[in-house]
Amino acid sequence: MNNTTAIEQPRNGKSTWKFLAEELKPKGKPFTWFNIISVPVITAGIVIIILRFIHGLGYVSNIDQEVPWGLWKGFNVVTGVAFAGGAYVLTFIVYILNVQKFKSIVRVTVLNGFLAYVFYAGALVLDLGRPLKIINPIIGNSFGANSVLFLIAWHFLLYMIAQLIEFSPAIAEWLGAKRARKILSGMTIGAVIMGITLSTLHQSGLGALFLMASEKIHPLWYNEFIPILFLVSSVFAGLSMVIFEGSISKRVFADKISEKNKTGHKGIIHTFSQICAFAMFVYFFMHIIVFVHGKNWAYLNSRMGVWYLVEMIGFVLVPMVMFFVSYRKVNITLAKVAAIVTMLGIVINRLNVSIIAYRWDAEVPYYPTWMEVVVTFTIIFIEVWVFRWVVNRMPVYNESPAWAKENEH
Amino acid sequence: MGVDRRFFLKALGLTGAAIGTGKPLGASPVVSEDETEFHGILFDSTWCAGCQGCEIACAEAHGLEGPALEDVPEVGKKRKANEYRRTVVNAHETSAGEFFVKTQCMQCAQPACVSACLTKAMYKQKDGSVIWREEKCMGCRYCMISCPFDAPKFEYHSTNPKIQKCDMCYDRVKEGLLPACVENCPAEAVKFGSRRELIAEARQRIADFPGMYHDVIYGEHEAGGTGWLYLSSVPFEELGFNTKVQKKPYPELTKGFLYSVPSVFVLAPAVLLGIHSATKNKSNQDNENE
Repeated sequence: MNNTTAIEQPRNGKSTWKFLAEELKPKGKPFTWFNIISVPVITAGIVIIILRFIHGLGYVSNIDQEVPWGLWKGFNVVTGVAFAGGAYVLTFIVYILNVQKFKSIVRVTVLNGFLAYVFYAGALVLDLGRPLKIINPIIGNSFGANSVLFLIAWHFLLYMIAQLIEFSPAIAEWLGAKRARKILSGMTIGAVIMGITLSTLHQSGLGALFLMASEKIHPLWYNEFIPILFLVSSVFAGLSMVIFEGSISKRVFADKISEKNKTGHKGIIHTFSQICAFAMFVYFFMHIIVFVHGKNWAYLNSRMGVWYLVEMIGFVLVPMVMFFVSYRKVNITLAKVAAIVTMLGIVINRLNVSIIAYRWDAEVPYYPTWMEVVVTFTIIFIEVWVFRWVVNRMPVYNESPAWAKENEH
Repeated sequence: MGVDRRFFLKALGLTGAAIGTGKPLGASPVVSEDETEFHGILFDSTWCAGCQGCEIACAEAHGLEGPALEDVPEVGKKRKANEYRRTVVNAHETSAGEFFVKTQCMQCAQPACVSACLTKAMYKQKDGSVIWREEKCMGCRYCMISCPFDAPKFEYHSTNPKIQKCDMCYDRVKEGLLPACVENCPAEAVKFGSRRELIAEARQRIADFPGMYHDVIYGEHEAGGTGWLYLSSVPFEELGFNTKVQKKPYPELTKGFLYSVPSVFVLAPAVLLGIHSATKNKSNQDNENE
């Protein structure tokens, strides 16, 4: 085993509080390009968020009576959750199918998924008009159990807990809590099974949210299969995110990743491109069936029709072929490009259903204000900050400490 | 066992009597308090003069701004209800002349907003009114996404925003008063009553004056039936109505998805656990026990 990257004695004999206080301090260089961009954006974003709570949603946002959900819901929640789908796909492969090859990236993917849910649920709170009442669907006598959003709210909450349990052994290793680690590790498989079940339901549930808006969404995007399309696309959205994130982390956190895992990463991407190509084929095929059944030919000859073709061909068919070729020719660079195109396609698709094709015929079409855009990036940047903080301290890319490994044998 | 002979004859007799009197069996003369009929309001566009009396009365009754003096209905101007006014009257130039139409929340029999609401803030009362309950709402605006008529309006410029929409003045009705708009309509274009009686009345008006009315009651079947009912001389699309609205109730669109949830919750974990056990035995790796 490669012990150079392992944390041998995390606490060096310090007390827990002293250890935590020291860990909270920032590590690393202060002037990286990411810091230089993100700090001003986050500062501006926090000011805008304060303004939003002082003056109301309408002060910072362009959402109106006809388009009540804007960028914060359409991008942060609906799109972000699709990208967090990598966690349930990967835990399925590793823990349910027992494919050990991918084990080295499970922790980082689960961490990513967990943070995504925490921050995107956080974005939801910003968007709520009456955020203090958020407890109503959780406790109290206000269970709107026949609402799709009720299901999603509960699933977000439960899935966050499940992901926290899945990730918790890493926290225990960081704190050097041997006994806690043993107990938490024993809960992993239960949390994984619950997590996958919850994920399938709320990934599709995010699509089901829009089922009642049947006349408001352009017929090229509205159909009764939105839930299934959302579920299938979350598979390759999540995996593309894992490929993308892995490629960046490999550079940024190069010192933490062992040589063995660096070489293994290529094999991982190679297999992912196969899964993505297949999932995208299923997705594309379903879209064709829906399209033909809906007798939607006439709509193609319009502005929205062209936009639909751009999405379907440019951002589904093309990356699908790219993934397929990258699998056959073992071309890792092409797979990475395909992942980026796929991610753009997911952004386009989710924004189409939730914003662009939603009330496409509105007299005053919705465009986000610059303030909405800044807050959107603020949330993403803070998430990356927290991610970096965790990765620099806990055994996410690093090997687990020796004692934790011994426990497994 | 079989059916008891006496019971059979009794049932037969009752059925015969029911057929004879033309009343369904269930309609016993004793009406419990629970059997309140859905209320409704019938709007007859051939009677409305566009005076905005309803707009002003509605704003007064609910403590809202009401229309500005110069803000009057004009052909070609599409005024909309918003967080400051729950109802508006618009003028429309049609093939049969100029008509006025009042719009507000339609009070669906099976409202999309109620099935969308995750806190039961949107609530269908026994009298048929669809109301918004302040203490429950968390301001997610999913009701606005779901409503086919874009009825709920959100106070975007408030720090403690409310949803504004017509509630058929259920509080006034409880006190024995008429809804504010009905009470203050000088042309009597709006009529309050039980929905069943109003549909009968609307049919009667169409039958009595076939030349005057287009033979459709908007709201009888739209979105599964609505509390507000409309009569018109011309097809409703000429009056700016949303005629794309489906006839089935909107909550049915999410029913299939929601029904599948319990089965997924039962089946998926079982299948996942099964696959897990199967692959675990086969691979027999040393780092399995995590």
